[in-house]
Amino acid sequence: MDKQPPTYRDPMSRLAVRQLLWLGALSLAGFVALMGALAWASSITGGSAISGRAVDYETKTITRALAQEPPQLDSTRATDQVSIFVLGHIMEGLLRYDASNRLVSGVAERWDIRPDGATFWLRDDARWSDGRPVTAHDFVFAWRKIVDPANASEYAFILYYVKNGEAINGGQMAPEALGVTAVDDRTLEVEFERPVGFFDKLVAFAVYLPVREDFYDSRDGRYGADVEDLVYNGPFMMTRWVHGAHLRLEKNPQYWNRNAVQLNVIDMPYVTSDTAAVVNLFKDGSIASATLGAEQLDDAMKLRWKLGRYSDGSVFYIDFNFRQERLTSNFHLRRALQLVNDSGELVNKVIGLPGYLPAVSLFPIWLNGVEGPFRQEYPPPVVTPDLALARQHLERAKQELGVTEIPPLVLLTGDAPIANKQAEYFQNLFQRTLELEIRIDKQIFKQRLEKMTSGDFDMVAAGWGPDFADPLTYGDLYASWNGNNRGKYNNPELDEQVRIAQNALDQQTRMDAFGEIQRILIEDAVQLPNYERGLVYVEDPRLKGVVHRSVGTDPDYSTAYLVENP
Amino acid sequence: MLTYTLKRVLQGIVTVWFIATATFVAMHAVPGDPLANQRATNEQIRLNLEQRYGLDRPVSEQYLVFLGGILRGDFGISFTQENRRVNDIIRENFPVSATLGILAVAFAALGGILLGALTALFRDRVPDLAIMFLVILAISVPSFVVAAFSQLMLVDINAYLGFSLLPVAGWGTLRHMIVPSMVLGLGTMAYLTRLMRSSMLEITSADFIRTARAKGLPPARIFLKHQLRNAVLPVVTVLGPAIAAITTGGFVVELVFAIPGLGRYFVEAVQQLDYTVIMGTTVFYGAFLVSMVIVVDLLYGWIDPRVRLE
Repeated sequence: MDKQPPTYRDPMSRLAVRQLLWLGALSLAGFVALMGALAWASSITGGSAISGRAVDYETKTITRALAQEPPQLDSTRATDQVSIFVLGHIMEGLLRYDASNRLVSGVAERWDIRPDGATFWLRDDARWSDGRPVTAHDFVFAWRKIVDPANASEYAFILYYVKNGEAINGGQMAPEALGVTAVDDRTLEVEFERPVGFFDKLVAFAVYLPVREDFYDSRDGRYGADVEDLVYNGPFMMTRWVHGAHLRLEKNPQYWNRNAVQLNVIDMPYVTSDTAAVVNLFKDGSIASATLGAEQLDDAMKLRWKLGRYSDGSVFYIDFNFRQERLTSNFHLRRALQLVNDSGELVNKVIGLPGYLPAVSLFPIWLNGVEGPFRQEYPPPVVTPDLALARQHLERAKQELGVTEIPPLVLLTGDAPIANKQAEYFQNLFQRTLELEIRIDKQIFKQRLEKMTSGDFDMVAAGWGPDFADPLTYGDLYASWNGNNRGKYNNPELDEQVRIAQNALDQQTRMDAFGEIQRILIEDAVQLPNYERGLVYVEDPRLKGVVHRSVGTDPDYSTAYLVENP
Repeated sequence: MLTYTLKRVLQGIVTVWFIATATFVAMHAVPGDPLANQRATNEQIRLNLEQRYGLDRPVSEQYLVFLGGILRGDFGISFTQENRRVNDIIRENFPVSATLGILAVAFAALGGILLGALTALFRDRVPDLAIMFLVILAISVPSFVVAAFSQLMLVDINAYLGFSLLPVAGWGTLRHMIVPSMVLGLGTMAYLTRLMRSSMLEITSADFIRTARAKGLPPARIFLKHQLRNAVLPVVTVLGPAIAAITTGGFVVELVFAIPGLGRYFVEAVQQLDYTVIMGTTVFYGAFLVSMVIVVDLLYGWIDPRVRLE
């Protein structure tokens, strides 16, 4: 008998092949049956039907994807973008931003802001989704909750402007001592801790949203945890929430301004942070909008998509460590680095995303000043790259520091691809121009934050996103008492300007102070501005009127509408 | 058999306890602050947060609280999704991962065994070479590439057909499951094909097959009862770890296809230092993995009586 293994010519293996085919067919049938069984089982555990169409004109429905599950829909504790996006649609505060980013009346019909406090008169027809009126008590309850230490709200500090807010949060007073009272159901009276010239902008922020006491108490600590654990007073209400999978908003029939709301349904059955997957869904006609990453741009160009871009509000920069023992506390060293920094080159040649703008100041381009854009009223001092001058400053720095060579500097950075590119660019730039050695310290987000806070860096790639549409959201970052001033910059001159900006009521005085802050930051080389982040997006041509914002609810669908034939 | 089972289960419990403790220690040793956020909090706000999560207590006490929680089957509240209990996260999202995993394993096992047997029968001929080429490809291409590529293909196919053959992403119906489960199972299937092929070839030249043929048994019977049954043993052995790897390794596939599985929480919790979710998912997956290995061991004894006798 031959020792060769059988081939298909062998009658036995021919039979075996036939048998194998049978087995294959059986396995396939078994596989399909298994899928059917699992599909049935998963429908019990909460699978969800998906329409699969981007836009439905008949039912006024749009479908879109969500980058992540909203972590917190209890407005007294929410901090993140996605939660604030959802809250901006299902809730309404005293004031809101309109399509052109002006403050307009929300639950409050009229308001009056004085040096010592403010009064808000609430509209009669503001209703919760269960038909009950929205009253001043709902705001009092929510605001007390935010400063209540037991609630452990991260945004509590934003209510420190209200009288006793800080003391209550520190546990020295009862929450009832907060300077906010409901004079009657329709009148809300606020007392300030100190004069605050931008309180109208603050109350448009998600943390200042109302919460109804009786409903909150009835949820037994689960307020905001599920679709039945919320009551809505915004243009939309949530009708479906499968965690991590599906969120569905429908028009709120009780909303006072319901006639202005044109969409009936915003369906979000896809939750993924993968931009490529989201763009594929858009391409497939399953969703109505997508944000593009650098990798998808070529494709978008080829398909001739009409792209939109807007600034998402945040500014990114290199921060220095000003602690005594750090070399970067030396002005001439920082000045030398500043004089070789060219944010235009970084944005155009290294980052290469069309939405990004080179940054020239801590204050981004979209902020408003007294009348018009802040940056037009207060142009930042221009720093022109000048290598010869930079080398002079470097020599002085060496003299003052008493060294012949500057030892390697540590650049702390994040682990995102763009942070990587940026860090390598700076490493190369400083080496090439000033022969400085830069060591890149790449850390994940939480570790980077810890190192920033403990001062374990010379330079750090940092960024800041706005809470409210006033320059102060950036302006106090380098105040000596600010916890976000992680490089511990300490300049009494700047502190003085921050105090003026915080306490003055006159807008001209405040903006002058911000102009001074901007000047000091650049002249003292406190930071190196890198870029203002922009987002590039595509939208279904049938969808119109979506508002993209640098601050607040973004994107905002409350005024969006559909057209049948674009 | 009973003592054997009991012994394995006890061993498993100790293993899970060890996993839990090691994770707890590692998690606290990793630098980084779970409560840190972009916005710096003042002392007071931070203190309030620490109290809420019990982080103001000594680590030893936190460990005891955590162990007590496990015994009661309660993993606490997530740090990042502050309204959700870790138990709820596992309860709601694991079934999705499991569904995906079971399908992927079924696809991998059935496909691997069939293709493996086929390649062995056609050894060194065209079908064998073609399949083995694809197998090498499937083993070496990482799943995120396969996932992204298959999604892209799907978009093009749908566009070409003018209607939606299969959805590009999402979860909920049978049609949503087909592509992700195949992508997830592909690597394992390729691995099993190779394993099956070599074990089939080994068996084919074994003495007892020759005997069976010599005594004139029907070829079909030899193939099914003698060859396939014996060749499938090594495949079953690796199936246990494979099941665990597939159910826990779905992170990328879940991300690309927007599937609300547990894999996403498992990975993201580590990045966000979400202590309770890290502990919850690790202990849960640990227990799951250990029980899979035990089940496979028992299954092995059932298929091959020689194992039981030892």
